[in-house]
Amino acid sequence: MCTPDQQRRGRLAWRLGALTIVLLAAGLAAGSDGWSMLALWDTLQRGDAALIVGQIRAPRTLGAWLAGALLGLSGAVAQGLFRNPLADPYLLGSASGASLAVVLVLAASSLTGHGIALATAGAVARLGLVGAAFAGALLGVSLTLVLARGAEQTTRLLLAGVVVGVLLAAGSDLVTSAAPDALRGKQAFMLGSTGFLSWSACAVLAAGLLVALPPAWRLARALDALTLGEDAARSLGLSLVHLRAALVVALALAIGVAVSQTGLIAFVGLVSPHLVRRFAPAPHGYTLLASAATGGTLLLAADVLARSLIAPQEVPVGVLTALLGGTYLLWLLHRRRIA
Amino acid sequence: MTSSRRRWVRAIVSCVLAVSGGSASAQPMVVRDDRGVDLAIAASPQRIVSLLPSLTESVCAVGACARLVGVDRFSNWPDSVRALPKLGGIEDALVERVVALKPDLVLAAPSARAIERFEGLGLKVLVLESRNRADVKRTLNILARVLGAAPQAAAVWSRIERDERLAVERVPAHWRGRRVYFEVDATPYAAGAGSFIGETLARLGLVNIVPTELGPFPKLNPEFVVRAQPDLVIAHNANLAEMPKRPGWADLRALRSGSICGFEPAAYELLIRPGPRMGEAAQSLAACLAALPAPGGAPR
Repeated sequence: MCTPDQQRRGRLAWRLGALTIVLLAAGLAAGSDGWSMLALWDTLQRGDAALIVGQIRAPRTLGAWLAGALLGLSGAVAQGLFRNPLADPYLLGSASGASLAVVLVLAASSLTGHGIALATAGAVARLGLVGAAFAGALLGVSLTLVLARGAEQTTRLLLAGVVVGVLLAAGSDLVTSAAPDALRGKQAFMLGSTGFLSWSACAVLAAGLLVALPPAWRLARALDALTLGEDAARSLGLSLVHLRAALVVALALAIGVAVSQTGLIAFVGLVSPHLVRRFAPAPHGYTLLASAATGGTLLLAADVLARSLIAPQEVPVGVLTALLGGTYLLWLLHRRRIA
Repeated sequence: MTSSRRRWVRAIVSCVLAVSGGSASAQPMVVRDDRGVDLAIAASPQRIVSLLPSLTESVCAVGACARLVGVDRFSNWPDSVRALPKLGGIEDALVERVVALKPDLVLAAPSARAIERFEGLGLKVLVLESRNRADVKRTLNILARVLGAAPQAAAVWSRIERDERLAVERVPAHWRGRRVYFEVDATPYAAGAGSFIGETLARLGLVNIVPTELGPFPKLNPEFVVRAQPDLVIAHNANLAEMPKRPGWADLRALRSGSICGFEPAAYELLIRPGPRMGEAAQSLAACLAALPAPGGAPR
């Protein structure tokens, strides 16, 4: 016999699975010639099907799901860690760190060009955009941890994250005002994009998910204890310092990997855990997994729409995730108030 | 017997000819681009994608416009490129569309993401960057080599120089040595003496209020412009219209006396693209100067 809650969890899992399969198929069919099975059939008949479908659409589709899953997982971890439903995975300085590094790469040539000759800019340029974004995200979080003197106090950690975010954002604004050429690239990074995902990017994203998921899953019960309050969690014999540090590291890794491959895609991390909790309230173990699946489904849906809405042009995928997720959340809130 | 032997000989000879002829035409040339990457490009690419307006213009200027199969969203000159597929910008290039066009060469400005992805998909990407006059000449020469259009490129360059000489002659004597402010953006960003726009202005005998040390396109304190009191202000028409509303800018003598060169979008684009129409840009600036009343006072 299943309890109603278990039934709801099962239903959500089935729905996410089915939706993912449908969207994966749609991802292969949606391209620069719009969205239709006939167009896909035409493409498959042509000689370049392996290239167009195999090397462009397939990795893009899978990569969008994986990146969304990383964002959803990070969102659930962040909200559990801070016991705050408004916590965003970009909160701990990862987003601003990544964008500062990206802006440094973009501006490196023009900065060294007119004599400022930043040694750091040169070094960062050699790292490449993806590597720089990853390193920047990790450095941003490390800086937050140093400022907060570890991960012991939630409020201090949050405040330090906000301060680091502001400081690093100011840094990247400073760089772009010295090298305005970098502005367009910075904007593209802030909007996020799934358009450049390759098979190697998918491998990196999958590796990130494989590395970040097990520790998060293992610590899920500790997150459950934490919902009772810090004192209660301590009285249950949990070492909050180690627990938080481990979760922050998992969070930073997941976000760093996602951001380096796709840029700062908005809202997926914030909204996925909410969607899961609305449909199937559950302990953190389930919420973490389901948030990852929801994030993947959401970003993949946004990616398919981004490609097909005004094909052959594209809508920035970050705009769509915010629109889709935001509208849906608003609708849920509204319906609940009426009920 | 003889006839069959003759057939064999003929077949072998034609084979050898085909092979040698084929290898001569398909011999790749090696070109070093602005990233410092040595690119092996098959002789004379026939399907070219350009992701930068100035590169599109350069390809067309050397007579290879018909080989373009797609351009970025900003490319709009010459008119024939408007009909080509638009492939986004360099930061948000439409990867699938570009690949589906099967280009044998992609021309792009330096920018990481798209280039990496294109090369991963097996496309040849030639990265070219034009920041100043010397770059424009170098870019033209590289393109000429790649496209097998050296004489055309030489002609384009000599036309730029001829147009610039004509422009210089056209500038009235009372404008020589006068101080100019060229606004690129209302924030305000200026074109400094070190930019290619600055180089053109210097050729026309104007003195830039923004020295080379400040960089090619520095963001200025608005006060800097007011204190510098340029004799001439050059900007987009929309920006010129709101300049008097900026605090203190109504006192700019150039604005009060109408010593301004305002340009509509198409004419303005001509000024800010480092490409084969640089000579025309100089002409258009000179025409504006020739139509202006003489500035008051002596040049400082």
